[in-house]
Amino acid sequence: MCVAVPMEIVEIGAGGVGVAELEGTRYDVDLGLLERVDLGDYVIVHAGYAIEKLDRAEADERLALFVEMARIERGETDGGGA
Amino acid sequence: MRYVDGYRDSDAARHIARRIGDAGARLARDGRSVRLMEVCGTHTMAIARHGIRDLLPENVALCSGPGCPVCVTDAGYVDAAIELARRGCVIASFGDMLRVPGSEGNLAAARAEGARVVVCYSPAEALALARAEGASEVVFLAIGFETTAAPLAALLATAAAERAARFSMLTAFKTVPPALAALAEDPEVAVDAFLCPAHVSAIIGAGAYAPIAGRYGIPCTIAGFEPLDILLGIQDLLEQLADGEARVVNQYARVVKEEGNRKAQRVLAEVLEPVDAAWRGIGVIPGSGLAIRERLAELDAAHRHGVAVARHDPEPGCLCGDVLKGKILPAGCPMFGGACTPDHPVGPCMVSGEGSCAASYRYAR
Repeated sequence: MCVAVPMEIVEIGAGGVGVAELEGTRYDVDLGLLERVDLGDYVIVHAGYAIEKLDRAEADERLALFVEMARIERGETDGGGA
Repeated sequence: MRYVDGYRDSDAARHIARRIGDAGARLARDGRSVRLMEVCGTHTMAIARHGIRDLLPENVALCSGPGCPVCVTDAGYVDAAIELARRGCVIASFGDMLRVPGSEGNLAAARAEGARVVVCYSPAEALALARAEGASEVVFLAIGFETTAAPLAALLATAAAERAARFSMLTAFKTVPPALAALAEDPEVAVDAFLCPAHVSAIIGAGAYAPIAGRYGIPCTIAGFEPLDILLGIQDLLEQLADGEARVVNQYARVVKEEGNRKAQRVLAEVLEPVDAAWRGIGVIPGSGLAIRERLAELDAAHRHGVAVARHDPEPGCLCGDVLKGKILPAGCPMFGGACTPDHPVGPCMVSGEGSCAASYRYAR
């Protein structure tokens, strides 16, 4: 079972281990599968390991697309007198 | 949290659903009904939970393929784990393996009879247990796709580096691209397009599906796990089918790169090597498994403890194999919801929370 939600790296310790936070809960995360990770990066965690970083530019671009879709949808619904 | 809520907006969902309807109508004008398959247990759950099938046109079917690692684990593997427990090993496992039926029983029953079976949330706990266990051997049940194999390969490398005594893994790793190729080649399976898994793809990269799209002419679109991600993936596949295209499209570029996670791939290749693997309900698929390399054989529980993993046929009447191949939906099995329920599972698709039968049972009733 995959944890779909990205977690934020809030601590980077010695030995390639860090701490990630999700909704106020902190988890120990092994960073050994990533080339490079910085504080504030969002990561996907699986089986206790960070397996990939979230590309925030891509994430924001996609969110903007969804906002635009929602705007179109609401506009059309309002215009239709529903 | 913006990286969650933004992907669940209901107005945006309606917008994409309308475009899915448009693509479905284009296909219908050509008299075409199509079958999409997702191959990821977390997609299975999300699709059931968010009622995504209700948004699809009548000529579009969405079935669940062999995307749940527990579901495709052969009964013989469970038997080997029980045998190791009987010999005194501490069995460490993710929780959903405990009720998977072996040929004669499951690990939960073995535990009730005195076997030491420990549920771990993180596999590193199993190695910590081995360091602390004193005289007992600890065996971690290492099942999963590339997403899980990469962390477990890293843990095996750690165990090798510290010369961990008393620690090994019983492996039944599976890899997704060979399974997709086997499904594409199976004349009994009629799949028009694959909705490709999110986090498997984070490891192997979008490029890994190019041979499936290229050789078999089957569109492959990678989607994230949020409802809008899945809907966009479905829209993309339907538009490809309506346009007569078969490409790999990455709709989860915020996490999945074309080349995947190169470092994870290196760790995987250092520790594990491809082998033929038995998929419950499907059979042996060449090159679809990963086993511990010979130089690390002491970390391979089957080698270390001299236990053989035999193959077993499924329960008579259990149609999990047909469900895993997408030939029938869970409700098409005569045992579904009657003889086979989450409380009394007969087949593995009902055991795991992310099995397609369990997901159907939980959300569609």
